Amino acid sequence: MRGFLAVYLRELLIIWHRLPRMILSFSVSPTLYLIAFGFGLGKHLTVHGRPYLEFLVPGVVAASSMMQGFGINVEINVARFYLRIFEEFQAAPISNWAYVLGEILGGVTRAFLSTLVILAITMLARINLHFGPWFFVGVFLNAFVFASLGVASAMIIRSHADQALVTNFIITPMVFLGGTFFPVEGLPEWARLPLKLLPVTHASHLIRSAAYGDPVPRFSLLVLLGLSLVGFFLAYSSVDRARD
Amino acid sequence: MSEAVRVEGLTKDYGRLRALSGISFSIREGELFALLGPNGAGKTTTIRILTGLTRATAGRVHFFGRSIFEDPLYAKRMAGLVPQATNLDLELTVWENLFIHGLLFGMSRGRIRDRAAELLRFAGLWERRRDRVRTLSGGMRRRLLIIRALMHEPRILFLDEPTVGLDPHIRRRLWGLIKQIQARGTTILLTTHYIEEAEFLADRVAFLDRGRIVALDTPQSLMATLGEAAVDVVSEKGLTTRYFRTREEAEREAMRLSRSGESVTIRRVNLEDAFLHFTGRKV
Repeated sequence: MRGFLAVYLRELLIIWHRLPRMILSFSVSPTLYLIAFGFGLGKHLTVHGRPYLEFLVPGVVAASSMMQGFGINVEINVARFYLRIFEEFQAAPISNWAYVLGEILGGVTRAFLSTLVILAITMLARINLHFGPWFFVGVFLNAFVFASLGVASAMIIRSHADQALVTNFIITPMVFLGGTFFPVEGLPEWARLPLKLLPVTHASHLIRSAAYGDPVPRFSLLVLLGLSLVGFFLAYSSVDRARD
Repeated sequence: MSEAVRVEGLTKDYGRLRALSGISFSIREGELFALLGPNGAGKTTTIRILTGLTRATAGRVHFFGRSIFEDPLYAKRMAGLVPQATNLDLELTVWENLFIHGLLFGMSRGRIRDRAAELLRFAGLWERRRDRVRTLSGGMRRRLLIIRALMHEPRILFLDEPTVGLDPHIRRRLWGLIKQIQARGTTILLTTHYIEEAEFLADRVAFLDRGRIVALDTPQSLMATLGEAAVDVVSEKGLTTRYFRTREEAEREAMRLSRSGESVTIRRVNLEDAFLHFTGRKV
């Protein structure tokens, strides 16, 4: 238990020391998305009978929590290849699950911070949405799934350059195609099916339903719960691969 | 004195490259044992295997009679590691670095507080405890690295090139610190390619060359295989060294050579001479 606490506390301390910079950094992309797609392009648009901005905000939350959750891989890479702190964890009497859980929750915490920044911007813009418990459950599961994948990829890759490839080819397309900026339902059948397989599509759906005050989409909830378990197992089983 | 570390037939292959070729040695409790060799000899690989960072291809390692491969968590609790690279969290404070290490090794908060305070005073870093590590000098960072490894009171301390890249006066200060740690009863395995470091610190030295131990004994015994004194002769052919059992013999030879116009220097035999003798090359 203390091993997990040590790993997580280290992530929290890093966040604490960088907090002003992180908040500024977290606010850039969402603000740009809201200005460009919401106030600019989408000012006169409606989706499912609601202003486009109300559709957009949950999508931006899903995209941002996904990226910040997955972004833990950058921290792990820096700790592994540059600071070599990963060796400190490897030399300590802690289990792989303690390490993995600590890092995943570090990613989840970053995702929640970025979500809070977006909510603050949303409130300033007076956008009418509900931010109840299911909204945060959606953010948590989305962040957990992608933080797990971030940990797994950080353990498997061999250099910073490889990590950039993973982000460019997997994460960036999901930011735009996972029901974040437009409704997947409007696409032709052949495009809709693969997009419905993406975790972020289900996260967008769950977060958006909660923000609208609609009933919780159980299928999306189950998919995210299942993927959280799969992601955790993947991350756990990849830790030993980082050793010689 | 009981045996703290026993290594038998330790082998490590990286693909087709054999980094360690079945090395064996043992370290007595409280002893300071040095692995001396040039870069690429296998020193760091040995330490990485003994501290659980790298898997061995073959061989056995025991700490106080227990296999570290069968009980890795026990081995990790017994060992403290000071790696070659200064792997501190630069953005965290000195205190936070020690605190995280203490938690990683299962220490209670009260124990961490007491132990960190004791070690920070011991290493002369108490006044800097609230400073970020990035503001510390290279020597201070090495001292912090050493006391971090001591936080959980390991019985065996692994020091991988602890003074590499440091100024000579800082190196001397660290030697003093290492001697004090040994005096408290900690068993130490040190790797180095600095001859004088091994000579000054080690109770016993193993010469490691191309993944093999070519000689193992006390520094005095290793040097004694060549004699007591050496005469360096500088001639048109370059530098040659001759070894003599006693200083008197060396002085007689030096007199003879200088009369014939050679440039000669008499000096004590050192570990570098012994290493050259056993391996055919310098460290």
